[in-house]
Amino acid sequence: MEGIGWKTAQIRLVSSHPEVYEPCDDSFALVDALLADRTNLLLHRPAICLEVGCGSGYVITSLALMLRRQIPSSAAYFLATDINPHALSVTGETLAAHGVEAELLLADIASGLEDRLAGKVDLMVVNPPYVPTPEDEVGAPGIAAAWAGGENGRRVIDRILPAADRLLSSRGWLYMVTLTANDPSQICRLMGRKGYASRIVVQRSTEEENLQIIKFWRDADEESAASSPTTIAGRVIESLTSHLPRLSSFRGTH
Amino acid sequence: MRLLTHNMLSSNIKGVVNGFPLRIEAEKVIHKEVDLNPDFLRNIFSKIEWRALSDAARSLGYAELPEEAEESMLDSDEFLGKFHHALLEIHLEEGALVCPETGRKFSVSKGIPNMLLHEDEV
Repeated sequence: MEGIGWKTAQIRLVSSHPEVYEPCDDSFALVDALLADRTNLLLHRPAICLEVGCGSGYVITSLALMLRRQIPSSAAYFLATDINPHALSVTGETLAAHGVEAELLLADIASGLEDRLAGKVDLMVVNPPYVPTPEDEVGAPGIAAAWAGGENGRRVIDRILPAADRLLSSRGWLYMVTLTANDPSQICRLMGRKGYASRIVVQRSTEEENLQIIKFWRDADEESAASSPTTIAGRVIESLTSHLPRLSSFRGTH
Repeated sequence: MRLLTHNMLSSNIKGVVNGFPLRIEAEKVIHKEVDLNPDFLRNIFSKIEWRALSDAARSLGYAELPEEAEESMLDSDEFLGKFHHALLEIHLEEGALVCPETGRKFSVSKGIPNMLLHEDEV
């Protein structure tokens, strides 16, 4: 079958549309984080995987390819949502070009799934709109919804976190992109109070932004704790604090 | 949209108490074969609302599922085959999902359900 040898989605096969966010540094960092944690992911054997805000489909396609290399087809159920209908068309084309499948939903974060999918998601990936912008740009129609994050870039993130807490299974993992300006250490403390441990899987500085990909899992999940040397939120805070000079100077645009 | 997804969706309009299951209005249904994976089916079985699945399958013309099911039935290859087909191979391509309480329709176009709410429904 086509695509069986690929580890991640191929850029030349990723579809596009003027109103859809193209794979960029943040998308690559998220996929790199999944790749870096691939051994754990394969052991984890997620049955239900959800991406919130799939955009071009680069991440969900990469995830499906990554898991399919080791786990036979249809062993995992992939769901992807976006608030932008064009993004879902593009994601559908990207998936098809790589010979993998996911169920697509036009939804606000996970609207419609909150009740029945609660406590069932083993793996959730999110590249949220994290760029600090004026409040009125948040959730605007079209491509701006892909990045506009309101004050500190937290408007949508702060709605995604409780949704993730509701949807994740007892062994569920969340990988999320954050920007230093989003105050990731505060996000980790917030999730810590809900019972989640966290660690930074990938940290990347580009000309424009400092990105962290953070993995969250329920603190009682021994398997994950055992395979992750740096586990508690406190450690993440420690490691973030060492990057504080950048945090205080950052006020850039996307 | 597969019936597995239908089984995970409910109407979340403000004030709706019983938004599940969504009734299906089908305009176009397609079938796509995929490999049967017994481990996946056994794993997902406990997460499925069976009656909603069997009713949904029947409304799309597939009446082979029993009205009730229990875990021991997963030992039967025949049962697994039917469960697999209903859950993963029947796709609603065009149509609507209807809120059982309010009758509000969530359209399904090119296999993608539109679960966005209007401002006055949130």
